[in-house]
Amino acid sequence: MPAATSGQTIGPFWHLIEHPEWADLTRFGAAGDRIELTGSVTDGDGAAVTDAAVELWQADPPADHLFPGFGRCRTDARGEFRFTTLKPGPVPGRGNAQQAPHFAIALHARGLLKGLVTRAYFAGDPMNESDPLLSSIDDPERRATLIARSRGAGHWRIDIRLQRGPSGETETVFLDV
Amino acid sequence: MESARDPIPFRPYEPGTQPPYDVPAYGSTHKRHPQEALARLPHTVTEVAGPRFNPSQFPPIPDLSAVNGKAALGERIIVRGRITDEGGHPVPHTIVEIWQANAAGRYQHPADQHDAPSDPNFRGEGRVYTDEDGWYRFISIKPGAYPWRNHHNAWRPNHIHFSFFGSGFAARLITQMYFPGDPLLELDPIFLAIPDKAARDRLVCKLDMTLTEPEWALGYRFDVVLRGHAATPMEG
Ligand SMILES: [Fe+3]
Repeated sequence: MPAATSGQTIGPFWHLIEHPEWADLTRFGAAGDRIELTGSVTDGDGAAVTDAAVELWQADPPADHLFPGFGRCRTDARGEFRFTTLKPGPVPGRGNAQQAPHFAIALHARGLLKGLVTRAYFAGDPMNESDPLLSSIDDPERRATLIARSRGAGHWRIDIRLQRGPSGETETVFLDV
Repeated sequence: MESARDPIPFRPYEPGTQPPYDVPAYGSTHKRHPQEALARLPHTVTEVAGPRFNPSQFPPIPDLSAVNGKAALGERIIVRGRITDEGGHPVPHTIVEIWQANAAGRYQHPADQHDAPSDPNFRGEGRVYTDEDGWYRFISIKPGAYPWRNHHNAWRPNHIHFSFFGSGFAARLITQMYFPGDPLLELDPIFLAIPDKAARDRLVCKLDMTLTEPEWALGYRFDVVLRGHAATPMEG
């Protein structure tokens, strides 16, 4: 059987398939712990990435007709994105491990020939200490790039750096999936 | 420790079939490719599960070639193909997102500054679903080539952008379909970024006279393979 088809960049004009309401995963009426996840995407010059598609996926709460589990948001002129969703709970890891609550995030943009995948965990969650992925990242500054910070009631923020910034800001941990 | 209840992971990509992140000939990769090694992540429910789209919430848009009954300019085409996984199984009822330039090579997008005419009757976005055997089909206009500023006199070959989801989030695929016989393919850093020639050539659709409708539209066949699982689950 042939191997999986090759990827190509989403390009600069993907907004033709953009539907801004997709950034609100609660729009079909899902009930639960509603939160906002905001953030930014910057490049190796520290410049805002203003043409990215940021995709959010969460395995918890399980997707159903009221909750798609998936959202997509463009980055704006300041490189910022914003999702409204339900706060995920823990999900099983491999073996007997549990994974701390997290989102999967995929980035697609001009200059990315295939999507980049990362995660956002929640600062202060006690399960972070034993999460298999977080535990596998030795460098604390790198590990911190996977953790969203609280910005007050129900608002979490994560900033994504495609490369080390001009002042030494840490590159986000991207995942080989 | 692994357990029997662990989700079956997706197969690793075949070497050479996926483009790298850092491609010097494609200037936009310079400041956007990760420089650190990617962190290995054995697949969990997060990677193996994925979104499902249904037509009642995400309605199909199967015809890009007309708006309000008015036909777009250009060469009408029919694109049909089958989506399977690496095990050869059809991927049924999966969403296919499509977007492209018009016949003149212009996107309906404010950031597209190419000095080519817009076409109010061309719909730049499409969305279809595969049937139970993995087949999809849509109607469009053959997109024009367009210039981009990657290097002096750089032109993209004719292409249609596609987005697929597959059975889990780690099978997500965004790609481009090209047209047979396009001389720009051998000059295109995006197409050429795929190391394996056979893999590249699978992004080129084929003229198919069984899909072509007489006096109406040429038909092109474009099959897609999405990531499959590393091991086949026991059947029965
Ligand atoms: Fe394009």
